[in-house]
Amino acid sequence: MNPKIHIQNLSLSIDRQPILKNVNLTIPKNKITVILGSSGCGKTTLLKSLNRLTDLIPGVQRSGEIILDGVNILNGGQDLVDIRQKMGLLAQRPYPLPMSIYNNITFGLRISGRHNRQFLDKRVEHYLKMVNLWEEVKDRLKDPASALSIGQQQRLCLARGLAVDPEIILADEPTSALDPISSRMIEEKFLELKNQYTIVLVTHILRQARRMADYVVLMYLGEVIEQGTPDELFNNPQHPVTKSYLSGQFY
Amino acid sequence: MRQIKLTRYRKWRNRFHQGWMVIALLGMLLIPLVLVAGLILKSMLLLNTQSVLGLLTSTDWSPLSGHFGFLPFIVSSLWITILSLLISAPVCLLTAIHLTQYAKRWVLRVMHPVIDILAGIPSVIFGVWGILVIVPFISHQLGPLFGKSVSGYSILAGAIVLSIMIIPFMLNMLIDIFRAVPEELKEASLSLGASKWQTIKRVVVKKALPGIVSSFGLGMSRAFGETIAVLMVVGNVTRIPTGVFQPGYPLPALIANNYGEMLSIPLYDSALMLAALILFMVVLMFNIFSRWLIVKTETQS
Amino acid sequence: MMNTKNEERLFRVLMFFSTVFIVGVLLLIVGSVLYKGVPSLSFAMLTSIPKGGFYFGEDGGILNAIIGSLYLSFGATFLAFIIGWPIALYMNVYLVKYHTLVNAIRFVFDVLWGVPSIVYGAFGFILMVFLGVRASLLAGIITVSLFIVPIMVRAIDESLKSIPHGLLESSLSLGSTRSEISYRIFSREAFQGIITAILLSFGRAIGDAASVLFTTGYTDRIPTSLLEPSATLPLSIFFQLSSPIAAVQDRAYASATVLIVMVLVISLLSRLIGNRRF
Repeated sequence: MNPKIHIQNLSLSIDRQPILKNVNLTIPKNKITVILGSSGCGKTTLLKSLNRLTDLIPGVQRSGEIILDGVNILNGGQDLVDIRQKMGLLAQRPYPLPMSIYNNITFGLRISGRHNRQFLDKRVEHYLKMVNLWEEVKDRLKDPASALSIGQQQRLCLARGLAVDPEIILADEPTSALDPISSRMIEEKFLELKNQYTIVLVTHILRQARRMADYVVLMYLGEVIEQGTPDELFNNPQHPVTKSYLSGQFY
Repeated sequence: MRQIKLTRYRKWRNRFHQGWMVIALLGMLLIPLVLVAGLILKSMLLLNTQSVLGLLTSTDWSPLSGHFGFLPFIVSSLWITILSLLISAPVCLLTAIHLTQYAKRWVLRVMHPVIDILAGIPSVIFGVWGILVIVPFISHQLGPLFGKSVSGYSILAGAIVLSIMIIPFMLNMLIDIFRAVPEELKEASLSLGASKWQTIKRVVVKKALPGIVSSFGLGMSRAFGETIAVLMVVGNVTRIPTGVFQPGYPLPALIANNYGEMLSIPLYDSALMLAALILFMVVLMFNIFSRWLIVKTETQS
Repeated sequence: MMNTKNEERLFRVLMFFSTVFIVGVLLLIVGSVLYKGVPSLSFAMLTSIPKGGFYFGEDGGILNAIIGSLYLSFGATFLAFIIGWPIALYMNVYLVKYHTLVNAIRFVFDVLWGVPSIVYGAFGFILMVFLGVRASLLAGIITVSLFIVPIMVRAIDESLKSIPHGLLESSLSLGSTRSEISYRIFSREAFQGIITAILLSFGRAIGDAASVLFTTGYTDRIPTSLLEPSATLPLSIFFQLSSPIAAVQDRAYASATVLIVMVLVISLLSRLIGNRRF
């Protein structure tokens, strides 16, 4: 296994309420790591710790290390803009930028100084094709992104994230607001993308985890209960909590 | 390399913007402090020669001989403010209940622009309207009705004009407050067999009570500081008013009317700045109390 | 003894009349001012400045006051905008983590919003005396902007506040800096709210008389520099109306008509652009 991110002794509390308790985890490169758990178990917080969106939470306190490519990104000296640029986020529901479809894709490129029209045109086409959106929107690239359906918006957000050339994709229950067809599309995209990107997928849907995972992490009440390959975890669970989770006793 | 330079530029730009934001914010937060300090500094000239209590309780206002008794102005201000609240409070309360509990959608669609336009009408226009309509009305209709021959320029005229001015201000707040009463609470009361009106009286109004009180407080503080409109209709006579048909001379009008001469008479400017300081302090206290009441009830629920 | 049914009926009648009363008062105000003002309104009045003997009923117009008010309001709104807009952004993009602090700042601006404009006027006057400058357009612009900044901040803040947290997270994840998020994303998302805030502040600036009384002075000429005093529409109405001469009073009503039309246009614009609430 070729590791991309090491999480060591990560603990996090909000207003002294512990949310993550001493998490140790290794996320493999160019694989889909699924973080599985019922709602409120801290999986989203863990995901957002990776690109330090947890910094935005009032009353947050944190200890431990997150090592990305050999560098601890929880160190004060790190530049957040650089860290976050390396990790695209796909949220629970799409948040299109208040601008056209075209500009949603090019926003990240333009702020990093790419203004060449032809280059941008090519990128837009490339990434929209990548998420199977090109055929649907190629005639209305100047329309506001908010005019798209939720499923289309989510794919646009994926394309927008990919356009800034991240190494890691963080996905926080990305299909929870979508219809089954759009969900399917996103899942298939992830399976294609995992050759080029390290993907961390947070979900509470067991079947989605089975379909997608190369590596599974089960969380319960802020702790990592068990982690391993899908084969190990799904077919031969060790921990009683994992067993009862898999048998559907709680979600 | 180009990328690194650009990133450095973007970070510098971020820092620049952040710097300006912080400066603007700190500057604006400093304003009230500087304002109070300035007013106090100016008022001290007068306060050094006479006691605060003496100034506030004296009725003798003759700047040329150095007597600055604020009582007539304070009493006028109180009269007008309280009277205007007495007029506008029931109207606002009834309308707010009507709009949030009974009215059909089209009524709201009409009333929102009406309230907004009323809120946007400048003070001086209210003054003009007061002179055109209210003053003659008091002089020709209301005065004779009570067997009085009056000019119409009176405490009552000021209070009526003011009450209309603060209606949109208080009404907007009351509408928000009544909207914030949870629907479940009403449903619970209705399902216990209470009628709609009983529910409104015992549940909605009760729940909204702190908000209602604070909106009245804010309305009063708005009324207390209003200047031009009142000044135009209130008569401006330095005497303690004993009835609503008599002219009055509230604090803001005192400041506005005399700014021209205040530099030519010793201590006059100091006295007017003291008036501004009193105004500021009263409004500040009303505001802080009312807003604190809102915040307190918001955090409770 | 009144039973609940009758009580409700009585109060519903009272409520109905209260609502009608408010509409009626608005119509009465606008109607009575227009009724007195429109007949005295003339093209010459809008396009000329006061001539000799204007305040005794001779020829002339209020162009000085119209232009002065526009200068003052545009200047003050602009100044308040470049101060208030960044403050509102700072509260909602930079200070997201500090809830209590942001609420405290909101509290201060709410309280500042309630400070009467005459107090700002008096304060502006102290400053002017202290600095040894005379009443001028610039002094007026600064004073008026001081008292509309709280309006600007809170109005923009209200619309920024409603932007979902997810947009901030998404934007940060794209690698944008906070200033890029502020000016390119959040400001665009809250565009309508910002326009409404500007119009609201402008309306407040153009209608206020108490703060300019001390600071802007009054002159019959159209100011040609920021350091000259300037007439303003509310003061021109106020002064003309205090005249005992009927012809001058009529012109005050006409001036009031001009001001009311301006304010109504601003209201209408903000309704069209702002698309507020309903």
